[in-house]
Order: sequence, then structure tokens, then C-alpha cells
Amino acid sequence: MSAISGEKTALLRVWRGGPDQEGRYDTFKVPYEDGMSVLDALRWIRRHVDSSLAIRYSCINANACKTCMAVVNDRVEYTCTARLEPTTVTVKPLPKRSVIRDLVTDTTPAEEKLESFNQERGQ
Amino acid sequence: MYAAIAAARNGSSVLLLDKSLVGRGGATIMAQMTVAAAISHQEPDHWTLHLADTKEAGRDICDGVLSEILCEDAPKRIHEMDQWGAHWAREEGHIKQVVAPGHSRSRCCYVDFLNTGPAVAGTLRRQVSKMETIKRLSNVAVTDVLVHDGQAVGAVGLDVIEGEVVTFEAKAVILAAGGLTKLYSRNSASTNMAGEAYALALWAGAELIDMEFVQFFPIAHLAPRLVGMDPIMWDPFRYKLGGRLLNGNFEEFIHLYGGSDAGKYTAVRDLASYAILKEVEAGRGSPHGGVYLDFSHLPEAELRGAFGPVIDRLLANGIDLTKMPIEVGPTAHYQMGGVRVNGRMETSVNGLYAAGEAVGGANGANRLSGNAISEALVFGERAGRFAAEQARHVTSAWNARLAAPAVDQVRTLQEHKGKSGVHPVTLQSELKDLMWENAGPFRTADKLTMSLARINEIQRHDFTDLAISRERQFNLDLQDWFELRAMLTTAKAVVTAALARTESRGAHQRLDFPDSDASFVKNQVLQLKNGRLTVGWTPVVQSQVKVVEI
Ligand SMILES: Cc1cc2nc3c(=O)[nH]c(=O)nc-3n(C[C@H](O)[C@H](O)[C@H](O)COP(=O)(O)OP(=O)(O)OC[C@H]3O[C@@H](n4cnc5c(N)ncnc54)[C@H](O)[C@@H]3O)c2cc1C
Ligand code: FES
Repeated sequence: MSAISGEKTALLRVWRGGPDQEGRYDTFKVPYEDGMSVLDALRWIRRHVDSSLAIRYSCINANACKTCMAVVNDRVEYTCTARLEPTTVTVKPLPKRSVIRDLVTDTTPAEEKLESFNQERGQ
Repeated sequence: MYAAIAAARNGSSVLLLDKSLVGRGGATIMAQMTVAAAISHQEPDHWTLHLADTKEAGRDICDGVLSEILCEDAPKRIHEMDQWGAHWAREEGHIKQVVAPGHSRSRCCYVDFLNTGPAVAGTLRRQVSKMETIKRLSNVAVTDVLVHDGQAVGAVGLDVIEGEVVTFEAKAVILAAGGLTKLYSRNSASTNMAGEAYALALWAGAELIDMEFVQFFPIAHLAPRLVGMDPIMWDPFRYKLGGRLLNGNFEEFIHLYGGSDAGKYTAVRDLASYAILKEVEAGRGSPHGGVYLDFSHLPEAELRGAFGPVIDRLLANGIDLTKMPIEVGPTAHYQMGGVRVNGRMETSVNGLYAAGEAVGGANGANRLSGNAISEALVFGERAGRFAAEQARHVTSAWNARLAAPAVDQVRTLQEHKGKSGVHPVTLQSELKDLMWENAGPFRTADKLTMSLARINEIQRHDFTDLAISRERQFNLDLQDWFELRAMLTTAKAVVTAALARTESRGAHQRLDFPDSDASFVKNQVLQLKNGRLTVGWTPVVQSQVKVVEI
């Protein structure tokens, strides 16, 4: 979806930071359209304001990949199905996972991690 | 994943790399419709009938070897997936099969409810995880295939979590990185379908075939925003129920373009796309640049009967079909062309294989619905099997020095201070718009030439000075940069091929050459020679198999 013209906007407060950091919240103003998902807004931010924002997602529409979870207004949600509202929305990384950066947390199964491979091949 | 399973059970130790999480990142998990295979459960069928239908849709240019393999092997793969617990929908003890457009028999298997893709992906994931000789690695974006003396010897990847370069030694490499529809601003793709397999193949010295044939789905969902559903879901409902297509003034319009409808399956689909885009061009589109699809003339009971639980999912999305139309329009959906392989899935580079949507040729100029997942399973099994055979016979020609340029590339990028202030994701958006406007469903020499010039300019100029943020962990700018590098190569391949085929056939529609031309019953082969894309033509290997009438 490209930039949407319209009067309504949503304010996204997005947690930024790395592992074991206190972090901070950045606030982004995003053009709002009915039906938009929180993921749509995060992708909009990356395209138009701050491409360094770390987010994880894959399927965008299908709600099939299940990789896009974060805490939206204190609830764990798939950001691709969480509806955006033209108000203030707070997005944080998942609580029980270690943070990789920003909204990306460690959701990779242990046996699929590079560390395990490097150990096996003795690096 | 099928390739990994097949290679492992044929004695190889396998590394399965995915830039996303293994088995989650691509198109497979998103598919909600069907898988085609002539298993004769619903009614008598034969793989040669499936082949005949595939060839009909492919408009005379299917690669006979590949389409025969696809249709003949599909039943084996469906049965194997069944044993692995795919849970194909059943009735009265047999696997249930339905007719999808273009298929002459009830041939298409599915998993309830709209769960085909997740079930296929889940089954393969489970199977992969049971095999001790497969090592899965998520979060590794492959950036280069390494070739030494004409032999694929490994790959280089970016560890997206830590921002490190990783190198992999291998006796055989299989490209199974899916399709390219992310090249277009309107697409049904996941974020990982950037056409990287095609670029990796070209850079490694392999050939691509028939890259001009991108399938555009005429009535994909545009608005209102719909989440949790396949954007191409409307087609069967429109056929089944007689949904009406209306322009922005709520008038029917398809009949205005009826004169040019050749009455063929593909023509019908292409006609809908054409009519929609013409209405939009004339200022009679819907607000989101498509047209309306309207079911409101139908009684609610009939809608419920046809849509089943889908109607509630739509309501959850704020869509009440009894009261409102939705907006639909053409969207990039699948790539028929791709890496050129033989029946063993070998490319022209020794030790380099391809599988799945990355492979070109089996479906010719247009693909039947349900053939893509069959193809992914069938070609995957073969690629794995033959790659394992190769691995048993070669000695590794790996040399760490081969990886040095690719490793340096990442390091340089991490140090790079782009002065342009433009980030890769922004340039990706421009490329996607460029491709949609100029190399989309309807093409002309002028627009294709213009887009080729711009792609060249981007490669030479804009791409060389992009701004990349400095973070190490999960740096999407860096991922986007590598993706964009591949997208540019692949986009150029599509545009070059589209320009050279001066006729219309199947999914490749040239407004300046609206008719099919018998002299173009041939396949187009692209290769990189000294950094330049060269175009060649090769006669179609026509299947000689006779249809077994039953
Ligand atoms: C919405 C949708 C619905 C569809 N519905 C149907 C249907 O009902 N029936 C049907 O037959 N077909 C359907 N198709 C087409 C079909 O799903 C695909 O053609 C098929 O699944 C492709 O399988 P694949 O294994 O080749 O690729 P994919 O399943 O796309 O997998 C490719 C994988 O490669 C990874 N990857 C990409 N680049 C890299 C890289 N550089 N490094 C590492 N990993 C990489 C991706 O993350 C991904 O996991 C549909 C497609 C879409 C998009
Ligand atoms: S992006 Fe795939 S489930 Fe949310």
C-alpha cells in the first residue's frame, strides 16, 4: 500500500532499542484509512519515515506465517490482523522473548539458529 | 522443503536455508485453494488428461519434458503427502477433488477450510524436522551462489539476526526460493518473493526461460482492507454465484470489451484484466484503482450457502456482501518463466539445481490453478533426489577464497555512508511502481523500453549510493539492499524478455502486438554474458505423449 492521503491519522508509539536496554518510544504519525492493520502502519513508517525500524513479518495478508507478533496496546497480537485505530497505538516487542532489536524478538526455534550450526561445525 | 527431504532420504546431509523462518516465508503457506493431481479419486482421470489441460492453458509453449513430469508425478506426491498427514479433505473415504477453472476433470485436492497452503507447509515442516540429516537454518538470506570451474560449490548468505556474513560449502545447490511477484506494486506476494532465485541463477551463469510470462490475477482483492484471507479468493465465488463486475459509476462494462474475447479460458481471464484496466484508465475506476465486484443482488441464504464460514470472516473484516460491493483489480500472482532446467532439475551450471516456482517452462504461457503447488512438490522431490546423486559423485571444489568478494560486499555496505539519503526500501517502491505501470498485464514497446532504461539507470546510478542504517541486528536496510540488487536483475530479465516477444500469448499481452504469432511458438532463453543479458530462442520441446482416453 502506498501513502494514503486523507485527514485521519494514527499516532504510533513504537518501542525502540536492543537486548537488555531500557529503550525508548518513538512516535510516528501515519495516514489512516479504514481497515488498516498495525503492520500496514509499521511498513508505512519504514517506507516513508524511518527504514531502520526493525519488524518481522512475511505474508502481510494471509495471516498464515505467524511471524509478526508484538504487543499492541498491552495485548499480544498479530500485527497484520490487529486493526489500526485513528488514535494513539502503542506497539512493543513480545514480553517473554529476548529482544533482538526494536519489535523483533527471538522467535526462531533453537535448532534453526545459526549458533547451533556454528557449534556443530566447530566455529 | 520437499527437495531437502528427498535429498536426505537419498543419502545426503542437507542444509535448508531460509531468509525467513523455514517453511513460513513463502507462497506455499499462503495458498488457500487447491492442488491439482490426477489421482482419480473423485472421478476417473489420467495424468495425460491433466497434461492436455496444462498444455492448453500453456498456449503451445509448455516444455514437454517438465509438464509431463509435473502431471505424471503429481499423484505420487499427493499420496505421499497424505501418508505424512496432510489431511486432504475427504468424502466417503476418498480424497475429495473439485474442478478448478481450466481443468477438464475433478482433479483439485484441498484441505479444509481454506487451509491447503498451511497444511502443505506444516506437513513438510514436520517431515523435515524428523530427518536427522537435514539441518534447518532460519534467518539466512542467500546472496550469492559460488561457482568454481563451472561447478556450484556453495553459497554465501547474510545472517539477518546478527548482520554477519556466512559461507556454506556444498557439493550441490538447489534454488528453491520461490517467485518474483514482489517486483510489482500490486501483488499477492509475501515480503520474501523478490525473484532472488532467478537473479542468483543468472549470476551463477545459468539460463532463464520465458521470463516474460508473469501471471496476473484479474480480480484480486483491493479494498476494503482485508486481512487473514487470500487476496485471490474471489474468483470461484464470482463464477459460482455470478458476481457482477461494475465500474466506478456502478455500471456493468465487461460487455463493452466483449468483441475481443476469443472465448478461451486464458482469453476470458485476460479480457477481465484488460476491461478493468481500461475502465480505470478512462477515469471510471473504483477509488482504489480497480472496479467493484458486487454480490448484493443475491439473497443472503444463497451467499451463506456458497461462502460457508468465509462470510463470517468477511464480516469480521467489516465486509457485508449483502449490502456492499468490494473493490477488485488485477494483481501479479505467479511466474511461469524461471530457471531453465532439464528433467533432472539441473541448470546449465554443474551442481546447480532449481525447484518449485523458481523453475520455468512447465506451464508455458499461462498456468492452471492448482498446478503451482503440485509443481513445488514434484520438482522439489526430483531436485533433491538428483542433487543427492550428484553429491555422491563429486568431490568438493570448495575454496574459501571464492567467497571473499561476497564477504567484502557485506562489509563494505556496513561501512557505506550513502549521500543520497535514499534507503533501499524507497527505491524498491519505485521499481515496483515502474514494473506495475510499464511491465504489468498489458505491455507496449514504448513503456517497456522506458522501464528498461530506468532500470539500467537505477543499477548504474541510484543503487550505488543508497543510505543504509548502521545497526547490526536485524537490519532491514541491508536485507532490502540485497533483495533490491536481485530485484533489479530479475526485473530486467522480465522486461527484456517482454520486449523481445513481439506477440501476445497467454499471460504476456502486448497492446502493440495483440495477436498470437505462430512464429513465436518457441521459448526464450536469457543468460548473462560478461555482465550483459543476452536473448536467445529455442524450439519448444513438445510433449509427444498421447492422451489416454478413459
Ligand atoms: C496468495 C497466494 C495463493 C496461492 N494459491 C495457490 C493455490 O491455491 N494452488 C496452487 O497450486 N498455487 C497457489 N499459489 C502459488 C503457489 O503457492 C506457489 O507457486 C508455490 O507455493 C511456490 O512454492 P515454492 O516452494 O517454490 O516457493 P515458496 O513457498 O514461495 O518458498 C520460497 C522460500 O524461499 C525463501 N527465500 C526467498 N529468497 C530467499 C533468499 N535469498 N535466501 C533464503 N531464502 C529465500 C522464502 O523465504 C520462502 O520461504 C498461490 C500463491 C499465492 C501468493
Ligand atoms: S504477517 Fe504473516 S501472520 Fe502476520
